[in-house]
Amino acid sequence: MELPPKVKNILLLDSEGKRIAAKYYSGDWPTNTAKEAFEKAVFSKTQKTNARTEVEVTALENNIIVYKFVQDLHFFVTGGEEENELVLASVLQGLFDAVNLLLRGNVDKREALDNLDLIFLCFDEIIDGGIVLETDANVIAEKAGINSIDPNAPLSEQTISQALATAREHLTRSLMK
Amino acid sequence: MAQPFVKKDDDHDDEMEYSPFMGIEKGAVLQEARVFNDAQVDPRRCSQVITKLLYLLNQGESFTKVEATEVFFSVTKLFQSKDTGLRRMVYLIIKELSPSSDEVIIVTSSLMKDMNSKIDMYRANAIRVLCRIIDGTLLTQIERYLKQAIVDKNPVVSSAALVSGLHLLRTNPEIVKRWSNEVQEGVQSRSALVQFHALALLHQIRQNDRLAVSKLVGSLTRGSVRSPLAQCLLIRYTSQVIRDMSNHGQSGERPFYEFLESCLRHKAEMVILEAARAITELDGVTSRELTPAITVLQLFLSSPKPVLRFAAVRTLNKGKENVSLYTKRKFDAQVSMTHPMAVTNCNIDMESLISDQNRSIATLAITTLLKTGNESSVERLMKQITNFMSDIADEFKIVVVDAIRSLCVKFPLKYRSLMTFLSNILREEGGFEYKRAIVDSIVTIIRDIPDAKEGGLLHLCEFIEDCEFTYLSTQILHFLGIEGPKTSDPSKYIRYIYNRVHLENATVRAAAVSTLAKFGFMVESLKPRITVLLKRCIYDSDDEVRDRATLFLSVLGGDGTLDADKDSKEFLFGSLEVPLANMETSLKNYDPSEEAFDINSVPKEVKSQPLAEKKAQGKKPTGLGAPPAAPASGFEGYERLLSSIPEFASFGKLFKSSSPVELTEAETEYAVNVVKHIFDNHVVFQYNCTNTIPEQLLERVNVIVDASEAEEFSEITSKALNSLPYDSPGQAFVAFEKPAGVPAVGKFSNTLTFVVKEVDPSTGEAEDDGVEDEYQLEDLEVVSADYILKVSVSNFRNAWESMNEEDEHVDEYGLGQRESLGEAIKAVIDLLGMQPCEGTETVPSNARSHTCLLSGVYIGNVKVLVRAQFGMDSSKEIAMKLAVRAEDVSVAEAIHEIVANG
Repeated sequence: MELPPKVKNILLLDSEGKRIAAKYYSGDWPTNTAKEAFEKAVFSKTQKTNARTEVEVTALENNIIVYKFVQDLHFFVTGGEEENELVLASVLQGLFDAVNLLLRGNVDKREALDNLDLIFLCFDEIIDGGIVLETDANVIAEKAGINSIDPNAPLSEQTISQALATAREHLTRSLMK
Repeated sequence: MAQPFVKKDDDHDDEMEYSPFMGIEKGAVLQEARVFNDAQVDPRRCSQVITKLLYLLNQGESFTKVEATEVFFSVTKLFQSKDTGLRRMVYLIIKELSPSSDEVIIVTSSLMKDMNSKIDMYRANAIRVLCRIIDGTLLTQIERYLKQAIVDKNPVVSSAALVSGLHLLRTNPEIVKRWSNEVQEGVQSRSALVQFHALALLHQIRQNDRLAVSKLVGSLTRGSVRSPLAQCLLIRYTSQVIRDMSNHGQSGERPFYEFLESCLRHKAEMVILEAARAITELDGVTSRELTPAITVLQLFLSSPKPVLRFAAVRTLNKGKENVSLYTKRKFDAQVSMTHPMAVTNCNIDMESLISDQNRSIATLAITTLLKTGNESSVERLMKQITNFMSDIADEFKIVVVDAIRSLCVKFPLKYRSLMTFLSNILREEGGFEYKRAIVDSIVTIIRDIPDAKEGGLLHLCEFIEDCEFTYLSTQILHFLGIEGPKTSDPSKYIRYIYNRVHLENATVRAAAVSTLAKFGFMVESLKPRITVLLKRCIYDSDDEVRDRATLFLSVLGGDGTLDADKDSKEFLFGSLEVPLANMETSLKNYDPSEEAFDINSVPKEVKSQPLAEKKAQGKKPTGLGAPPAAPASGFEGYERLLSSIPEFASFGKLFKSSSPVELTEAETEYAVNVVKHIFDNHVVFQYNCTNTIPEQLLERVNVIVDASEAEEFSEITSKALNSLPYDSPGQAFVAFEKPAGVPAVGKFSNTLTFVVKEVDPSTGEAEDDGVEDEYQLEDLEVVSADYILKVSVSNFRNAWESMNEEDEHVDEYGLGQRESLGEAIKAVIDLLGMQPCEGTETVPSNARSHTCLLSGVYIGNVKVLVRAQFGMDSSKEIAMKLAVRAEDVSVAEAIHEIVANG
């Protein structure tokens, strides 16, 4: 208990329980088979619940799992049974909102697959080796979103920081020439 | 990155799901990865390829060493590109590839450059990547930059360095420990996350220095922590400090309680929860301390957020142990046993959660209620659960059924409504594990509560009418055969059993035939009718069923003489007297010849006492799942064994058999252990001997016992073991007479005498001539505990109060210095040989006082209850106050005498 809260894994599954993206931070599931078995168990246990408005929670194999669904996407965050479920819930909410921001509100499986790089970056910005790195969706989206700048997009659609980054890049490029 | 990686085919089937990664293949992607080596890097294309690689890795695809190395080397080329998006992906893939230490060297310089870049994102990520892949020597090189990064004005960089520090602490603690000044600065950061990471790291660095942690907590609890996450950490550290302090003998007002209590009013829910949980888990929490925590949890119970409701029930469920511990302590102080008001209120809120949408919450609520509910609420609760059961999964149901079983044991008077409930759910749909849990529970209730027997058996009968599980059917039939004939109207079960013979598979039919036979044998009036039924079974299509029917018909058709009756009874109800493993070896060794196989030649002693059995002692078997005790070592087995030996048959009823005491060291030539059998007037020592030398055969094995230090005992007979071949254990017995009903004690020294014959290992034949020899065994003691049976009572308080208070004997004893309270308690329990009740043999860690409740039956069948209160002072001197109540005053005195002499 004296250790900081730890997240054991983050899962993003589709409406059939297939893995879209998953990141494991604990050795509890050493092989891919074990991981898939866990994902299957989690999916079938939560499948019938309605987790579209509020973050829902369940317990499985001495783990606490918080989850939320949108369209055909199922988000899960798993922690040990001694974990504070509200900490896990804040991680999940951060992930969920950040993905929503990054996909500009079109959160479904197809968008997620089309922007899988953003999802991976999102995971990377939320948790580092099981330790909560950031839970504020805006910050996460901003950090992960560097990639999503389309240099040709009108400036009005970019956030200030994105615009700054673009400007900086243009400047460096012009300087290097 | 809106562009799909694969263009959608025009004739693409709409029903097929579209994915940019459809048909993706490792080989092709690895080919594509060659673009990394292009002189002119195309950032967009490279990012796409990296995403594909990450996708493959994420789907569980693994790269060979060569493939990974190749990808890694080409990825490092991408550092030339200035594209930030691509760089971010490069960082990610390097972490995923986890390069080996000799490869790392390629990227370190690039990463170190990025660590000092002006771009915050580069600095933060370069730190995270570098710390993930480097080893100790490299770490010393970059240590300076890391320390700088910790105090970086950008919180993202600072957090990256701190989190990396947390990971590095595991591999290179001595280096990270040098950063504590910078980390300390981070704790004061205005950024919430930096504060959280810094606090975590600072605590990890100092965790072994109790004083430093206590100081840290002391300064931070005065306020200055802003981040809720950091506040949660601080609460955890505070509870740890509280635990340590009470460990080290500081008493008085609980330090830091006020801080925990103030956190209950924090604006972040996660902090409130953390604090409430910390308070409910405090050692020896008082009602006053508990109340505010319970109040906020109660609010959570009715929150619209499922996570809050779940968290609150879970905390109450776990914390209840602490709460009930608290009430128990009150009981010791002779104060009323009422629950704190606040907890009772919670129960009402919790009842409404039974209908919660989230079934995990509902199940937790029910098990909590079942755990803490009182007798009066059972019926209401059962009604609510009935509605709930129909729509939850089996795994939840099993949890509920288990909780109900323990509830029934706790409140035997309520068996009727609980049994009704169980029989109802038994009729509903469900998987094997679930049904087995129900059947086990019903069997437990039938065993524990005699009144419940007839009804319970009928429920089971109805169940097997329509049971798809062969295992459960046969188990129930077996159970019916034992319990059914003893009921007031055995005939009513026959129909159910005979139906099985018609409708089931061969295994169940065979079990039904055996059960019928048991009824026929036990109930004289049913015998003719059973015989008719069995005759019909002779034409069954299955061998086993026919064989059994024929066999039982001949048993039932016996001449009715006493002798034959006894044999049949033995046959029908007795378990096999020999361990199955021994039976198997003997049968394998049996050489088909003129001579018939003799079951008496099978050794009866279990070769090695199974560990599990020792553990299970004193525990009641629960339900059908628990196998009957091994025949030759369980009490019943001993009883049968002893009564079969004519010399001991006249000793009367066996009172107690001790567990085996080893008389030889492990791995000696001859392994001997002894079981002490206590009778009213006699004591029998059963020496279990094993010959561990393959080249020897021992004959006329006897134990010579010198009882000069046991004055009250006099040897009356002994029974030698004729032959003791290699590795097949046998028993020798020695019997003593002792004054009736007196718990005589004494010490016995033992010598094993025997004749050794050499065995030729190749032929296995022994020589004709033997040599007499003897072997010194260790001494054996008969102690007072041998005269007390461990018998548990279900409700100690009731039992205690039902005994005459005036006969109570109280005295105080000093037990001297001990390691811990637990050790002293164990010593007393072992000395008295009584059954600890209500889990009081376990002492909460760090407790300074404890009450242990013991119950037992003293020789002569006198019930004894003991309440022992222990206290420990600062020098670990332990004092005990022992209160004894017994049905016979002299026994209470005897117990005190045992303690006084022990």
